[in-house]
Amino acid sequence: MTSKKKKTTDAVIFVCLLVFALIVLYPLFFILNNSFKGKFFISSDPFSFPNAETFSGFSNYVNGLTKTGLLSAAGWSFFITIVSVALIILFTSMTAYYITRVKSKITSALYYMFVFSMIVPFQMVMFTMSSLADKFQLKNPLGMCILYLGFGAGLSVFMFSGFVKSIPLEIEEAAMIDGCNPLQTYFGVVFPILKPTAITVAILNAMWIWNDFLLPYLVIGVSTKYKTIPVVIQMLVGSNGNKDMGALMAMLVLSIVPIIIFYLTCQKYIIEGVVAGAVKG
Amino acid sequence: MEKTLKKYFLVFTLPTLVAFAFAFIIPFVQGIYLSFCNFTTVSNAKWVGLENYKKAFGSSQGFISAFGFTAGFTVISIITINIIAFSLALLLTRKIKGTNLFRTVFFMPNLIGGIVLGYTWQQMINAILYSYGKTIVSDAKFGFIGLVLLMNWQMVGYMMIIYIAGLQNVPTDLLEAAHIDGATGWQTLIKVKLPMVMSSITICVFLTLSNSFKLFDQNKALTNGAPMNKTQMLALNIYETFYGKTGFEGVGQAKAVMFFAAVAVIALIQLSFTRSKEVEQ
Repeated sequence: MTSKKKKTTDAVIFVCLLVFALIVLYPLFFILNNSFKGKFFISSDPFSFPNAETFSGFSNYVNGLTKTGLLSAAGWSFFITIVSVALIILFTSMTAYYITRVKSKITSALYYMFVFSMIVPFQMVMFTMSSLADKFQLKNPLGMCILYLGFGAGLSVFMFSGFVKSIPLEIEEAAMIDGCNPLQTYFGVVFPILKPTAITVAILNAMWIWNDFLLPYLVIGVSTKYKTIPVVIQMLVGSNGNKDMGALMAMLVLSIVPIIIFYLTCQKYIIEGVVAGAVKG
Repeated sequence: MEKTLKKYFLVFTLPTLVAFAFAFIIPFVQGIYLSFCNFTTVSNAKWVGLENYKKAFGSSQGFISAFGFTAGFTVISIITINIIAFSLALLLTRKIKGTNLFRTVFFMPNLIGGIVLGYTWQQMINAILYSYGKTIVSDAKFGFIGLVLLMNWQMVGYMMIIYIAGLQNVPTDLLEAAHIDGATGWQTLIKVKLPMVMSSITICVFLTLSNSFKLFDQNKALTNGAPMNKTQMLALNIYETFYGKTGFEGVGQAKAVMFFAAVAVIALIQLSFTRSKEVEQ
């Protein structure tokens, strides 16, 4: 009796979840569906499938790509994200190791400064930071990577320090006695142990750097060839009044596809990573 | 070992510290100073004392109305997101089939960036309103509801993951004991599960609070403050003060300092909450 009752309840719950899942997926389906319609049919008939009259093949995609340069933006987004994350992993883990292992007033002051930087909203520094970036010639992809190293340092140093504290000192001491200098000890012994945290830190930073809009918009600007994906999408709509909605739909689809592929391939790490980041941050 | 490592200060920390100085320390200190100055670029600042702070509260500045909108939006988002996320987490910890797939789908929107997400929802909401001859910017109500929907769509899956982790940590013998004592499902939820996941609730409430309060990209893409800046949130208001017109950079910086102070207060309250929880356990 009870097991039968449980079965019906489970079936009801399953249906509810299914309906909710469809609601969650609908906005993505909406832009995908409309990206294949001619631009004049999108506003008049947004919810139906494309038919013989409204179907426009890949013309929105071709149109959008030539108009926006999304492909080159995707290239720069990849470049900036990958190089920034690599710099962050390498340098912030070294910094975290040093300020955790060497106890002094300077290192604890540094630690608190990194933690403090996590709560400061970007608006607080955006104007002064962009003029500084201007003055020191950082208005290019490599300069962006340096800025991301600085912005990502707070959370990353914090997370690495937390993990370094839990590593027993004996392992490093043994390496030192065997004649390793601190750099050899770090890269030979400590860094490999940090790998799980490094994956978490990499995912958390990759996610916000890839999606970040305001920093590249202010620092690199709209008139150079180094635009990233969010900047290009913003420009496509931007101030211009009669926008090409077909192209917009197609470009939105193309911007989302890499994220979904990344998510489906590294789902386990991503979910673990954001949970760890949420609990610690 | 600490002694040998100590000599390697620059080797381990220099790159991070340089980037951190450029991205955070120098702009932050400059930002505090400039909030008391009249300026159009960083180099032509003139000390004016508290004048910028007074001006920021003038009615033409829209700072107070932006604060009102942000506060309303934040409260509604915290309530809706956490209730939906917690309910989903309850349904997904009943070991029914398809759980993993649902979890994957519900979390997915969280990875999509604010700009791309904002335009996706703008297109969809406009499509719905089209048949009534309206758009999302015809009425501030639409913008408000749109922002809440969008925020729910993005954050529910994320919070759900944290609640699931919390619920899975509730000891099974506790639930069995409640069952043997004849507790109904509702009683178990209120008297056993809820108190046991209080720490997850704290994390989620503060995550939704700070994410909603600091929202920028989604606001810019969805309505850009229209109509008449009625749907403008604090971060966008600060941005417009800096870049919308010249001559108000000092006011913008003063607003940014106050914005930072508000975010810092929220973070301090969160810290004291988490601390007091730790003592109890």
